[in-house]
Formats: sequence, structure tokens, C-alpha cells
Amino acid sequence: MSLPGAIPSLTISAVRNGLLKKDFSARELAEAVLAYAEAENPKTNAYLTFSRERALKAAAHVDEEIAKGGFVGALAGVPLGVKDVIVTRGLRTTCGSRILENYIPPYDATAVFRLEAEGAVIIGKLNCDEFAMGSSNENSAYGPVRNPRALDRVSGGSSGGSAAAVAQGTAVVTIGSDTGGSIRQPASFCGVVGITPTYGRVSRYGLVAFASSLDHIGPFARNVEDAAIVLHSMAGRDELDSTSAFAPIDDYRALMKHPVKGLKVGLPTEYFDGLNAETGNVIDAAVKQLQNLGCEVREISLPHTKYALSCYYIIATAEASSNLARYDGVRYTIRTTSDTLADMYRNTRGFGFGAEVKRRIMLGTYVLSAGYYDAYYRKAQQVRTLIARDFMQAFENVDAVLAPVSPFPAFKIGEKVDDPLAMYLSDVYTLTGDLSGVPCMSVPCGESPEGLPIGLQIFTKHFDEATMLRIAYNYEQATTK
Amino acid sequence: MNLSEKEVRYVADLANLRLSDEEVSRMSHDLGQILTHIEQLNALDTRDVEPMAQVLYSADETATLREDIPHVSVSNADALANADLSGAGYFKVPKVIER
Repeated sequence: MSLPGAIPSLTISAVRNGLLKKDFSARELAEAVLAYAEAENPKTNAYLTFSRERALKAAAHVDEEIAKGGFVGALAGVPLGVKDVIVTRGLRTTCGSRILENYIPPYDATAVFRLEAEGAVIIGKLNCDEFAMGSSNENSAYGPVRNPRALDRVSGGSSGGSAAAVAQGTAVVTIGSDTGGSIRQPASFCGVVGITPTYGRVSRYGLVAFASSLDHIGPFARNVEDAAIVLHSMAGRDELDSTSAFAPIDDYRALMKHPVKGLKVGLPTEYFDGLNAETGNVIDAAVKQLQNLGCEVREISLPHTKYALSCYYIIATAEASSNLARYDGVRYTIRTTSDTLADMYRNTRGFGFGAEVKRRIMLGTYVLSAGYYDAYYRKAQQVRTLIARDFMQAFENVDAVLAPVSPFPAFKIGEKVDDPLAMYLSDVYTLTGDLSGVPCMSVPCGESPEGLPIGLQIFTKHFDEATMLRIAYNYEQATTK
Repeated sequence: MNLSEKEVRYVADLANLRLSDEEVSRMSHDLGQILTHIEQLNALDTRDVEPMAQVLYSADETATLREDIPHVSVSNADALANADLSGAGYFKVPKVIER
């Protein structure tokens, strides 16, 4: 294999083989990927910051270990990008916001620490909607991310840069975050694999908090196996995140290779009513393919699905209004000079936050304000119980739930930007996964007549990532040459 | 339904957000539209439903307790490095208490 021609289609196993066969060194690979990414990035605006120094240092360490027959981690030499809401020590982390434009974190997120410990080479930080709030990456203070498959269309969001970099080939794998669909929707729009693991499967330590009870870190990759390797490298209990889970981590790569024959999969009627035909046809064909592989398909109901959007926008904004209170001009943000402390807070926040973040802080503050708590927040938490219960009941009869990721493929840049409710409705199929905490993912399953990628969404029981990956892997193997 | 501009200004004050007149007017429309959508939750009878206070938790109650041992933390200099204004080891803000 020869660089740089191979860069856009590199996989983790190709990197590993290339390094062990001495086709290239980790340093040569890092240099080549950085050069490629820097040259290609203006097309999509996926990267906000490149981390050349850090990448070359990590790559040199991998080369030394290989030379002396030392530890070769699961991600040795693999060029990886990190969404800019995940902190990296000494490397600017903006959250896509003007308010943090100069923020240099003094520590690494646990996920970042674990990926680097496995030999990953972090080449840069990826664009996203401001504080991960958005479905199109148009809410970034640093400009939208364009979809590599159709440059006049959105990448999806909020992890738009993470999906676009993998689709464009400017990273082998990336990580992003998902609070209401922010991994699966851009993965679907850009035609890559994206995983939202079980809540608590990956530590949130160092993930800048948006809505703490809904936030997840997860991987993006060009194939299911690479996504599984990255997930496995990050997963597991972390003392620094008390909500991280103790549950043992399965050997995803081994288990996903088991055949799917005999697995029962459910199609929730609520996710197919009103779905547009171009997406519906592609999803139907994917389901048939799984049926051909021996899955038993059943129609099921998740009756509270239609309440997910309302439930989500109460809980997510309430938590956000509290989490974002810390950006006040004192400790790590820009500051707008004012005579009084109160004005300094207000002016800094008024200047530093973009329109969508302000809208969500306002909604969250409103629903938590005196007299409204029971009517909104408590009610939403009760409805959340019902939405989670829907999944638990479904999983008494099926091993997995299949659904579309988005009602439509990637839309045009600017198309929905003036209508917040219409934008929120584009998340209608992904919110339930975050609300119930179950693992879910998007795997590419075809294209619209215009050639826009469409993803199939797979949900399984809490901590049953192995079955989810098994369905995705078997589907991928059956459909790709 | 629109949220009145008075209500918007009151909430903005609670949230420590300076909004322009134009933003207040836009917010009154946008929040009104979203709150109207959210009203659909009232159609659900949730009298006997427990609110979901914890996403999932299968470990025992003391699982997250640890020994109280000091560990290396972020240094004072690192903690102050991102501050717009600091001095003598502290964050500095506009004067709060008048002499």
C-alpha cells in the first residue's frame, strides 16, 4: 500500500498492517494525513484546529515501541479526530463557540486519554454545533460543515465535523458526542458508521456538559469493525465520572462476527408512519436484506414516541441552562468589559453565545423557573420513564429495534435555519435512544435517488452493544463488495 | 402562543443573558412556538408514573464511594491560565462591594 493515495480509505487494520510490515512509519503516516487533511479541509470546514505537534509526538512514540518490540495498542498510529466539545490538554477546545475561542484545557478527557494510551494519533479538533446544540452544524461560530457527499448540503449535527472528516478521508476514525442524535444523524447524512453507546458505557469526564443525563461519547468510522475497536478502547468504568458503568465490556469484534440467523428484530410502526418514500424504500430494502440473512422481523409499537420531542426539549434545555451557567467571563471564557459584576456576566454571555444556545438557555431557564417546575420538568421526567419503558417492553419480544435515523437525507445549507421547531423535528427518530439510555447506531444502508446517503438505525438493550454491532456488521458484510 | 416580551426579559435576567430588543422579540415568538408544541404532554396521564431521576443504575449504593486520599490536582497557575483577568493567585472580577 502506498501513501498518500490510500489515505481516504484507510482502516484501522490497514494502518496496523502497514506499520507492522514497515510500509510506512507512524510518523510518515501522521505527516501524510496531516498534509492531506490541511489541503482538503477548506472544502468541508470539518477541522477547527490541527494538532501537528501532539500528533507527531504520539506517532514517534508508536514508532519507538514497534522498533523495540514493545506495546502496540489497538489504535497504534491511527490518525484520529476529536469533536471540539471534548477537552484536550494544551489543545484549544472551542465547543464551536465564540465564548471559548481561546480556551486551552488543562486536562484530557478520559476518552482521549484512553485512545492515546492505545496508540491513537490525534491530528485535530473537529467542528460542531455550538455546545453540541443543533442538527445541521450551522450553529457553529466557525461556520457550517459541508457534507463531503454533496457540498451544498449540511453534514448533519451536532457532530458534523466528526462525520465529515471520516467521510472525506481526513481522519481514519473520529469521536463525537450524542445528546439527541448528534452522532447518528450526521453519520447517516455523511454515509459513515456512528455509535451512541449505552448511557454510562463511555466516561463523560472531559466532555463539556450540555445535558448530563443525556450526553454520550461515541465513535465514527468507515466500517463497523473500526467503530467497534474505538468504542472498545474508550469504554469502561472511570472513577472520574460517577455515572460511568461498572458493567463488563464485551469483546465486540469477536461477538459481532456471529451470524444473525434467528435474531428477532422489531420495526416500530411509529417510526414508519409519515416517513418520506425515498428514505422508507431504502430502509425497507435493508430490513429485507437482514431477513434474507435469517433475522425474524416483527412489527412492534413504541407508543410514546410522539412525546419524545417535547420531553427532550424540556429535559435537555433545563440541564443545559444549568450546565452553561459556568460560562460567565471569570474563569475560562472571553470577557466583555463592564463596570459591575452582574453586567459583566450578562454582557459576556450575550456577546459570547450564539442564537440557538441562547434560545435553549432561555427555554431551560423558563421551564425550571418558580411555579413551572412540576408542569414542565417533572412532567417530562415522568414521560421519559414511559419512553424508556416502551423500549424495555419491546425488548421482551425482540433482540433489536430497527428504524430510520432521520426522516430525510441531508438537507441544503440554510434550508431550515430560520425555523427552530422544524430543525428540532429532524431529530424525531433519534431522541428516544438518548432518553432511554439504550445503545443505538447508524450504519449506511443505501442512497436516495439523488445519491445522498441514508442510515439504518439499530437499537438494543442496555449494554448489549454486541448484538447491535453484530446486526450492523453482518448487514455491512452482506452489502459491501 | 407568544411569550410576552416582559416574560422574556424576566427569564433573560434569571439566565444572566443580555438580549437585544430584536432578540427579545424573536425569542418571544420562538419560545412561544416551542412551548405550544410542548403542551401536548398534558394529554398524557402520568399520575402514577415515577419521574426518571437516574438513567440506569445497577451497581450498589456505595459503589462510587472511594477512599479519601489526596491526589494531584490542577495547579493554581494552570487553573488561572484561561482567565481574562487574574492576579495574586486569584480570578479578578469587577468590584462587588463598595467601600
